[in-house]
Amino acid sequence: MAIQPTHSSRRILLPVKQWFILFSLAAGFFLNLIPLGHAIGVPDWVALVLAFWCVREPQRAGMGTAFVFGVLMDVAAGSVMGQHSLAYLLLAYAAGGLSRRILWFPLAQQALHVLPLLLATQLVMVLTRLVTGADFPGWGYFLGSFTGALLWFPLTFVLLLPQYQPVERDENRPI
Amino acid sequence: MSVVGHPPPPFFKRGPAPLARLAVFVLLSLALLVLDLKYRYLELARQGIAVALYPLQRAAYTPVDLYEQLGEYFTSLTAVQRENADLKRKELESANWLLRQQHLELENQRLRELLDMKARQPVPGMLAEILYTARDPFARRVVVDKGSQHDITAGQAVVDEAGVLGQVTRVFPLQSEVTLITDKNQAVPVRILRNGLRTVLFGASGGQLELRFLAANADVQPGDHLVTSGLDGVYLPGLPVAKVVRVDRDAAYSFARIVCEPVAGVERHGQVLILGLREALPPQIEEAESRDKPVKGRKARKKE
Repeated sequence: MAIQPTHSSRRILLPVKQWFILFSLAAGFFLNLIPLGHAIGVPDWVALVLAFWCVREPQRAGMGTAFVFGVLMDVAAGSVMGQHSLAYLLLAYAAGGLSRRILWFPLAQQALHVLPLLLATQLVMVLTRLVTGADFPGWGYFLGSFTGALLWFPLTFVLLLPQYQPVERDENRPI
Repeated sequence: MSVVGHPPPPFFKRGPAPLARLAVFVLLSLALLVLDLKYRYLELARQGIAVALYPLQRAAYTPVDLYEQLGEYFTSLTAVQRENADLKRKELESANWLLRQQHLELENQRLRELLDMKARQPVPGMLAEILYTARDPFARRVVVDKGSQHDITAGQAVVDEAGVLGQVTRVFPLQSEVTLITDKNQAVPVRILRNGLRTVLFGASGGQLELRFLAANADVQPGDHLVTSGLDGVYLPGLPVAKVVRVDRDAAYSFARIVCEPVAGVERHGQVLILGLREALPPQIEEAESRDKPVKGRKARKKE
């Protein structure tokens, strides 16, 4: 429920629309579906967008959303049911808990906050699968989180774009 | 709803605390995990969601498809000509075998009839195309474009032009998932072509295969060819599977470490053949009886 880009910013944003949150999550889901094989360093888009909205709007996106998208992701990825949903749940919980704190920082430090969250998400998935007897996918698997953290900058810009619009367009007003 | 770490004043009604909600959802996820892994109750739900997601999945495949088409477009004429020449040469090389195959098969059938053995069932096959590698990085699976609408069932063997590729493990209406033989949990009963030693081949990391539980002095050499033994009732006997690459005999372990390489283009994309299911093997007791038969026959002959 942040009304500024960061809490130290002076700019006031428009309120976010619920459909846009769901739309961006669906877009992330679509990006996840693109079959890139086991390419190293591809971020988990759903986790990234979910972390973003849980940090910015903890009252609108939370564990329910995380669970639903987790189940969808489980089916789409052909993994064990419950693997993604469990990991996303913990991510949503942690991101919601950090939301009051993260937004006081500039973007680079926000990304540093998000990186361990994304890594922990992947770690939960690895542990879930290792317990159920799967093969360790190699350390390159965790590279996706680092790409994800780097993407925090463009992501913040893109996902806040609709809120940067003026309330009513006025030719004579400077902003 | 309340935010983690910041409990609301008690006069606002905001639903259960975040920790309580987390606990409920985590329990739900764990229940899903157990139900899926242990009891396989969720296949129907998975099928339903997969069908709903199918158009989205096809749409997501378009960028990759476009990229591949672009690559094909720029494939030079010489490459195609070279491939054509290669194929012609291969065809000639195999013509010798192919021309005699029919004759040999007939002869084999006659001999089998003479020996009073069960005739080998011809197994139908269906061409399918590998669409993409499944996203799950913990398993080696590919998705092919034929599903239960095309009468594919789980358990069918999948081969390509060189050898065994894997096995259909999950069937959706329009697609199915094939677990490759390089998957850690995929086992193929094989026979060493040189000496007929029967063993089981497992997937290992890095796209390789491993013969486990063979004694350190087992007669295995690098370069040995492994073919399916057909003991499982899934794979036809005699399909090429792998080639032994390295044999480490360490006195400290009672088993040899034998690394093999698949002969099929397991990690490549392309067209594959999904073989029909074999007839179920007879139950154990009948097998024991049939083992006794030749002995009786010999006795009968002696009496004569």
